[in-house]
Amino acid sequence: MFAYTMRRLLMLIPVLIGMTLITFSIVHLIPGNPAQVILGETATAEAMQNLEESMGLNEPYAVQYFIYVQDLLQGDLGTSLRSKAEIAKEIWPYIAATFELTFFAMLFAIFIGVNAGIISAWKQNSWFDFLAMLFALIGVSMPVFWLALMEQWIFAQELSWFPATGRQDNRDPMEPITYFFVIDSILHMDFTRVITTLKHLVLPSIALGTIPMAIIARMTRSSMLEVMKSDYIRTVKAKGSGQFLVIYKHALKNAFIPVLTVIGLQTGVLLGGAILTETIFSWPGIGSYVYQAINYRDYPVIQSGILVVAFIFVIINLVVDLMYKFIDPRISY
Amino acid sequence: MPETILELNELHTHFFTDNGEIPAVDGVSLSVNKGEVVGIVGESGCGKSVTSLSIMQLIPQPPGKIVSGEINFKGENLANSSNKRMKQIRGNEISMIFQEPMTSLDPLFTIGNQLREAIQLHNKMSKKEASDRALDMLEMVGIPRPKEVLSEYPHQLSGGMRQRVMIAMAMSCDPEILIADEPTTALDVTIQAQILDLMKKLNQEKDTAIMLITHDLGVVAEICDRVVVMYSGQVVEEGTTREILKDPKHPYSQGLIKSLPKIHEREQKLYSIPGTVPKPKMGVKGCRFAQRCPMAFERCFQEDPELYPLENNRRSRCFLYDDAKREVTENANADIRS
Ligand SMILES: Nc1ncnc2c1ncn2[C@@H]1O[C@H](COP(=O)(O)OP(=O)(O)OP(=O)(O)O)[C@@H](O)[C@H]1O
Ligand code: SF4
Ligand SMILES: [Mg+2]
Repeated sequence: MFAYTMRRLLMLIPVLIGMTLITFSIVHLIPGNPAQVILGETATAEAMQNLEESMGLNEPYAVQYFIYVQDLLQGDLGTSLRSKAEIAKEIWPYIAATFELTFFAMLFAIFIGVNAGIISAWKQNSWFDFLAMLFALIGVSMPVFWLALMEQWIFAQELSWFPATGRQDNRDPMEPITYFFVIDSILHMDFTRVITTLKHLVLPSIALGTIPMAIIARMTRSSMLEVMKSDYIRTVKAKGSGQFLVIYKHALKNAFIPVLTVIGLQTGVLLGGAILTETIFSWPGIGSYVYQAINYRDYPVIQSGILVVAFIFVIINLVVDLMYKFIDPRISY
Repeated sequence: MPETILELNELHTHFFTDNGEIPAVDGVSLSVNKGEVVGIVGESGCGKSVTSLSIMQLIPQPPGKIVSGEINFKGENLANSSNKRMKQIRGNEISMIFQEPMTSLDPLFTIGNQLREAIQLHNKMSKKEASDRALDMLEMVGIPRPKEVLSEYPHQLSGGMRQRVMIAMAMSCDPEILIADEPTTALDVTIQAQILDLMKKLNQEKDTAIMLITHDLGVVAEICDRVVVMYSGQVVEEGTTREILKDPKHPYSQGLIKSLPKIHEREQKLYSIPGTVPKPKMGVKGCRFAQRCPMAFERCFQEDPELYPLENNRRSRCFLYDDAKREVTENANADIRS
């Protein structure tokens, strides 16, 4: 396991180099001169030259890239053009917001999806199977923004069960520590706040988690059905074991390998592409952060945002690979 | 009179598919005595596996279903047994091993885990006790370095070793009867012989009855006391191994034995029964073997032959042995000899 982990970590190096090469070239692919973009149309030639020099834009690309990577390694993501703040510091609350939302959305998706898939496979062709798969079909084909708006209308506006937007009650904000608000409210030992924070998470988590839930349910079902036909399941039955042991020990573990792939992919998608949901729920996540930056042509922020999202993708991939190895002893590359 | 522990009586197991009802097991009657090794032989598709899975109540359902008949195990009809009762019997009183040792063990759990599971399902034992028992079982089936193997995964073992593990697992609760569905077919010849030797040894030492399914008459000659020949979902002949190999009565058995390669005779070409096994169908009239039978006569296409009793507890499903038509038999036998 250790050697495998080490090998997988080494394999990350070329991926990371590729990633930084791409984010590095973004700046140089933006039409026009970066200095011009920063200073605006009316800038004087002299001002532009000064800026180019101070930013090192006159250096050869190789040198610029080297400096860029050196900065990254020291945790320096550059400075936002708009707020003039250090991006590495500024970006964290947004990342935390996205992480927290993704975590709860995936928790919802995995818990419901996997269990619905198991029961559907177990009771194949029953009314439960039929209804669950119908819902899954509706789930994957429903536009997220529509679901989000319906949730807000029914559960926030009409029933007032959950708040419609935001991460916390803005009239009574809390002193952030980690910026994971659930953790922070626990650290503050403020349990009414824990409840409010969780309540804020319900609607966006469901909106965001519905598509992954539907995909996971369908994948679990088909994978379970496949595994249930296998010889080793017949062996377990021939030993005299009951349904529970067959399904939850042997079938589920074997069926989980392809489900894990889907979970990893979907987590990546949520972390990187939830701009629409974040906007509807006024959720200050990484998606909205980058979206604003695009509007302001704040390219260091765009660059860093893309880099962070890509990095998270890579890390999720790594975690999934390590989990494969943990589940399946046959994997040995 | 030897004690009968398993007796199938007119067992019918059918599959209900989109292409209609398939009578895969079409009225099978046979019995296994205590400590006996009974071979079930027949070409591919004749219903051997379905028969054995029916006994275990492990027919995939749907599409399969035991339509009628009895499975009497020590005086209890398993065909009507509850699922709860079957769980107690499977792996404990009746065990089964399968053709594919490569895929019959769960790839994600260690050998030790899977052996312990079988042991603990039927015995109140701590993990430690079950592990000791598992180790004993691995030693008994002749696995080298059994201690290490306990913590290894199936993919680390060869096919022959995995089949030994399967046997260890099947024997771990001292069953009355072991059903082995082509246990050596997927293995190479030397390993085959070792596995057969092991089964013979367990049969003698533990007095476990074995129902050995195979299409290899060589395997039958090696270890079986008695043979049941199946054709198209039915038993067509039954008798002791020695008698059936020496003097097969049913034309199908005669064909099977004729197609065995012989060591002393240098035959240029191996004999094979002309035609192929017909797919089992509902409402077939006449002898199932009639289309391929060299001795078929008119009656064979019109009526269903019964299992006619012969001397020495033999039975044969062929009109040639119908007492009412004894003279036909005599003539036919004269034909065979000539
Ligand atoms: N799941 C199933 N669905 C439909 N028909 C089936 C199914 N399983 C078996 N059968 C039918 O039952 C018949 C007997 O099959 P069975 O597996 O018992 O043959 P066998 O004698 O074990 O052959 P082999 O030597 O190839 O293992 C076959 O003709 C097949 O068409
Ligand atoms: S009954 Fe007729 S067809 Fe059938 S095996 Fe006997 S002789 Fe052949
Ligand atoms: Mg078979």
